[in-house]
Amino acid sequence: MFKIIKKECLSPGVYRYDVEAPRIAKKTQPGQFIILRVDEVGERIPLTVADFDRDKGIITIIFQVVGASTEALAALDEGDSIMDFVGPLGKKSDVRPGIGTVVCIGGGIGVAPVYPIARGMKEAGNKVISIMGARNKDILIMEKEMADASDELLITTDDGSYGIHGFVTNALQTLIDRGEKIDVVYAIGPVVMMRSVVNVTKPLGLKTVVSLNPVMVDGTGMCGGCRVEVGGETKFACVDGPEFDGVLVDFKGLMERQGMYREQENVARDHACKIGLGRVK
Amino acid sequence: MMAVSIKKHPMPEQDPKVRAHNFNEVALGYDEETAVAEAERCLHCKVPQCRKGCPVGVNIPEFIAKIKKKDFDGAIAKIKESNSLPAICGRVCPQENQCEKYCILGIKGEPVGIGRLERFAADTEMAKDKEIKPIEYAADAQKVAVIGAGPAGLSAAGDLARLGYRVTIFEALHTAGGVLSYGIPEFPLPKDKIVKNEIANLEKLGVKIELDSVVGQLYTIDELMDEEGFDAVFVGTGAGLPHFMHIPGENLNGVYSANEFLTRSNLMKAYKFPEYGTPIRVGKSVAVVGGGNVAMDGARTALRLGAEHVYIVYRRGEEELPARKEEVHHAKEEGVEFKLLNNPVAVIGDDKGWVKAIKCIKMELGEPDESGRRSPKPVEGSEFEIPVDTVIMAIGQGPNPIVARTTPGMETNKRGNIIADDETCATTKAGVFAGGDIVTGAATVILAMGAGKKAAAAIDEYLKKKRAK
Ligand SMILES: Cc1cc2nc3c(=O)[nH]c(=O)nc-3n(C[C@H](O)[C@H](O)[C@H](O)COP(=O)(O)OP(=O)(O)OC[C@H]3O[C@@H](n4cnc5c(N)ncnc54)[C@H](O)[C@@H]3O)c2cc1C
Ligand SMILES: Cc1cc2nc3c(=O)[nH]c(=O)nc-3n(C[C@H](O)[C@H](O)[C@H](O)COP(=O)(O)OP(=O)(O)OC[C@H]3O[C@@H](n4cnc5c(N)ncnc54)[C@H](O)[C@@H]3O)c2cc1C
Ligand code: SF4
Ligand code: SF4
Ligand code: FES
Repeated sequence: MFKIIKKECLSPGVYRYDVEAPRIAKKTQPGQFIILRVDEVGERIPLTVADFDRDKGIITIIFQVVGASTEALAALDEGDSIMDFVGPLGKKSDVRPGIGTVVCIGGGIGVAPVYPIARGMKEAGNKVISIMGARNKDILIMEKEMADASDELLITTDDGSYGIHGFVTNALQTLIDRGEKIDVVYAIGPVVMMRSVVNVTKPLGLKTVVSLNPVMVDGTGMCGGCRVEVGGETKFACVDGPEFDGVLVDFKGLMERQGMYREQENVARDHACKIGLGRVK
Repeated sequence: MMAVSIKKHPMPEQDPKVRAHNFNEVALGYDEETAVAEAERCLHCKVPQCRKGCPVGVNIPEFIAKIKKKDFDGAIAKIKESNSLPAICGRVCPQENQCEKYCILGIKGEPVGIGRLERFAADTEMAKDKEIKPIEYAADAQKVAVIGAGPAGLSAAGDLARLGYRVTIFEALHTAGGVLSYGIPEFPLPKDKIVKNEIANLEKLGVKIELDSVVGQLYTIDELMDEEGFDAVFVGTGAGLPHFMHIPGENLNGVYSANEFLTRSNLMKAYKFPEYGTPIRVGKSVAVVGGGNVAMDGARTALRLGAEHVYIVYRRGEEELPARKEEVHHAKEEGVEFKLLNNPVAVIGDDKGWVKAIKCIKMELGEPDESGRRSPKPVEGSEFEIPVDTVIMAIGQGPNPIVARTTPGMETNKRGNIIADDETCATTKAGVFAGGDIVTGAATVILAMGAGKKAAAAIDEYLKKKRAK
């Protein structure tokens, strides 16, 4: 069992949990994820490690309530325990000194997974420019953390309620237009956002890393459910990724596969409501 | 000599029409009377051919003789001298290719139902809920790490514990058992009654099982030995990497690997969705590609999940089906339709990315090749489509690379299987042993178990020497 040491609501439906998992905290690197199962009947769901504290033995996860499993997770309180917590899974990000200028783009909840990469890149001595985007000001998360982890932070909101009015790609274009010499772009967020970023960077030949989130089960390469097409080859995102060269990713296929269980997801939500489970406290 | 029936006593089974819609065990097991009567068929041969066929050499005539005398405790003790998971092997061993294949009675009639008797002895003992005494370890007992809680790892762990070693099993999933838990369904092999029970017994003995622990990601083997204080390591990580055919349309929605389909159903209990949170999607018509046990399990699971038509698509003929005969028979009884001598060439999707058909080409068997197998050849121009909404690929599994990739000095062959000595299971890295599917490629439960036993003995030898130094 893995105890929730701290629970915080970052914005409506978005939570941050500090979970006691010393063995995993000792080994985690930016870019990796965990898989958890809330209880005996729970689904295995993957969440990126948003932060880790090796000394305190803590893994931080940030998640958005989107369906039955994340609802059940959100229904837990400080002091409650998560039944299974497996990790670190996936490959780590290529964080090292001497990369140069790194642009870290986080869209919506995608800010959470991009944060440890930005922090790691800066600690390694690279120049970090971050862009974070959200639909509006109220659902922006981790602004302070991102500011601390970056040399420069640009914020965009779709409705213009804060920062630049527009999408993360507008901010990226601003950087390009002002002649910023970019060595690599990290883009994590909704698939449409990652695809839009790649549409901007691809013609310029800018190296772009995206972190993919297909439906997963085991997270160890055993089921093949997480397969995505990258550069015409089938890859298992849980072991070959989750990070891939965005220029090569088949985003259309990824989006289709993410919708594989839409019908069942609705059934699961109804079921959770009926039995009174998963109502967010 | 007393007249003996030339036929095996039939196994009581659930009615095919009923069982095609439930996940309960199909074969119900012999009762005492039938078991004794079946035991009476055995001739107790001086040179028992049957033993040659058992990969772990169970003393078959002796355990059967004990069943005949109603000494059931004696029977199970005899079996356990060489097989530590008899309730499981009695259910899933391909007996017709192993022990029963060589039984002398098989020449003129049906062989003795060795597997059924083995299962009877194990179930009878289990029903008694025998108390298991924990092992008392010496203060300076050495530590052995076992990676993977499948049959290979479990049997190695049991034997090592009984030899006085402190054993910790590291298992990637949240449930121990390996394929026994995630792959083989409930209806040939009940999880709570049989698999969990065997695992609980190991824990009672004193074996520690660390679930949710992916070796290679959480610890490397070097770290286990250098930092966590393990004196030796056994790797039994199985053949868990699903193969695909690399044909067009294979990544469409509705195409599963058998591993994913079965894991969702067995391990995650998707057959109880939405009470259990993991969904599974079956649709009306399902094509299962392949002809082995995995394919049969997938097909029969699909039926139970409500599919109206389930097809086995296999490129060779009936004779060549690698699945256990009994399972092919069960599948047919339940209504699985066999489309033999057909090979898929593409999966066809609709405009939303969902499977709507599988395109196959007819095959014919050519002349036998060097191996004596008649290899199938496509019949030109014979392509046709079977409308289906789900495709399950059950064409085999390879070794998962995570452990090998993170263990310098432990060599693998070109297929990625760990290279290990046949007799000792020693790998090319000192102190590291390996066995089961990770070494042999996908094989059988009993072979994996046998490898675990061999490795335990070899690890004991290795550690004795290490102690003497
Ligand atoms: C590597 C990886 C890292 C992720 N990191 C984060 C994170 O840091 N924060 C966060 O909020 N979300 C993250 N996700 C997404 C998160 O796993 C899903 O939101 C969650 O599984 C949804 O479950 P649900 O039952 O609440 O919703 P559902 O109603 O079941 O599904 C909602 C959406 O989630 C997707 N989904 C459902 N089940 C799974 C599954 N088992 N695996 C993956 N996706 C699934 C579906 O495609 C669907 O689009 C990550 C996904 C992956 C693969
Ligand atoms: C669907 C199906 C049906 C089958 N039916 C039969 C049958 O009827 N009869 C028969 O004899 N055989 C059958 N087999 C084959 C048989 O199950 C296998 O040969 C046997 O289970 C192999 O045992 P193993 O211990 O080597 O590996 P596995 O059973 O595969 O166990 C390996 C374990 O190691 C774990 N693991 C892997 N990597 C790591 C890691 N890095 N860290 C920690 N743990 C790890 C896995 O999660 C798994 O639990 C079937 C196989 C399948 C897939
Ligand atoms: S272990 Fe398998 S092969 Fe050996 S006697 Fe038992 S059923 Fe037969
Ligand atoms: S070969 Fe058959 S008859 Fe002879 S001992 Fe073995 S099981 Fe009995
Ligand atoms: S989640 Fe099963 S192989 Fe990636």
